[in-house]
Amino acid sequence: MLHNRFFRSILAAWLLLIAPATWADTVLVAVAANFTKPMTEIAEAFEKSTGHSAKLSFGSSGKFVSQIENGAPFEVFMAADAENAIKLQNAGLAVADTRFTYALGKLVLWSATPGLVDEQGQILSKDGFKHLALADPKLAPYGAAALEVLKHMGLFEKLQPLFVLGENISQTHQFVSTGNAELGFLALSQVIADGKIGSGSGWIVPDDRHAPIRQDAILLSKGVENPAAPALLQFLKAPQAQTIIRKYGYNLPNQP
Amino acid sequence: MLSASDIATLWLTFKVAGYATLLMMLLGTPLAWWLARTTSRWKGVCNALVALPLVLPPTVLGFYLLVMMGPNGAIGRLTTELGLGTLPFTFPGLVVASVLYSLPFVVQPLQTAFATIGEHPLEAAATLRASPFDTFFSVVVPLAKPGFMTAAILGFAHTVGEFGVVLMVGGNIPDKTRVVSVQIYNHVEALEYSEAHWLAGCLLLFSFSVLLVLYTALKTHPVAHPLK
Repeated sequence: MLHNRFFRSILAAWLLLIAPATWADTVLVAVAANFTKPMTEIAEAFEKSTGHSAKLSFGSSGKFVSQIENGAPFEVFMAADAENAIKLQNAGLAVADTRFTYALGKLVLWSATPGLVDEQGQILSKDGFKHLALADPKLAPYGAAALEVLKHMGLFEKLQPLFVLGENISQTHQFVSTGNAELGFLALSQVIADGKIGSGSGWIVPDDRHAPIRQDAILLSKGVENPAAPALLQFLKAPQAQTIIRKYGYNLPNQP
Repeated sequence: MLSASDIATLWLTFKVAGYATLLMMLLGTPLAWWLARTTSRWKGVCNALVALPLVLPPTVLGFYLLVMMGPNGAIGRLTTELGLGTLPFTFPGLVVASVLYSLPFVVQPLQTAFATIGEHPLEAAATLRASPFDTFFSVVVPLAKPGFMTAAILGFAHTVGEFGVVLMVGGNIPDKTRVVSVQIYNHVEALEYSEAHWLAGCLLLFSFSVLLVLYTALKTHPVAHPLK
């Protein structure tokens, strides 16, 4: 009898412990590397406001596409561009009418050295640096945008020999922040603090110098059954998330 | 098929591996000899240090090399003082990183080979009044020949296959630091699977041939080092 009561109380305690898990769900999200900081903050707000939780994986959009094509368990994909999201949509691995632009990327030319990069980016046409870091234009939209800016300025031919290519935007940031590359094109979100460039020196590239970096999110087929997945996509459009997105230097679609 | 840029990465990879192997043999031979014969209490520490790259994730090793060899790091300051500039994003930088990364694959087979020779041949040489140098080149080297071959082949092959370290310190520059493993990775990332398959096929063929030579022609046990 005593025995029985003991086990019953254990069972009750255990039920209490697992109870939240039965009505709150966890969504597995593949997030483009440039969105690491804002998404970490958004995920916290998402958990507080909905009770669901979000598990985040960060990496390059191209790698996520190959992983998802080969059965990776992600339920939501937040790409660094529109193309990679469309690719999964066309492959039937994502739900087409759920795709939307959650942020417009901002490009910055940044150096860890204070005073090196002027506010017009004129350093690019001068000497005084040996390496210019950018994300591989073939793989990363921020790299492609950087290339477009250089071509726009007529400096591509001159600067190409100085290129060092990061595999994604995070690695590019490492090249520049460790001082190995004197300057490089990064996502503004990587160097922003309290609404302005936090350390070193930088030039926020005007939007008209390159095609907009539309970052699209989409619900993946694996997330259709999980209530937390559409909830997260919905949350990205909520004012609370949008404040965070803007805080990290991104623009929002339709309201530049 | 292989494009011109694919072939360039293959050529560059073999060049990095060639230089790295040469340096590793020069550094690794005295180091392995000392490790095989010393009774110093630092032996364990040195063995552990040499073996570290076997255990550390390559990207971790690569990241700290990037920091240390950078303009604000200790090695970076030294190379700048010497007028060499900084090492990341350069061919020599890649060779230096590869040497650190693949050194255990050279030191451990050599150490085992030296240890198995034992005292007797050395004592015999000493009674014949051979100098230590003479002993090393006339007695030790011929006896440890399979060990030397194994060390060189494993060091070379392991450098060809490295990825994480070169990704971190290389900067993916064509003809300078873009090696074959990085090229395959880029093909996969860009979803160019057929290009990736071709290049990966070449690498597979190379790796298999090398191991086949090790196991059959040389009749040695390439992994007969202390860790296995």
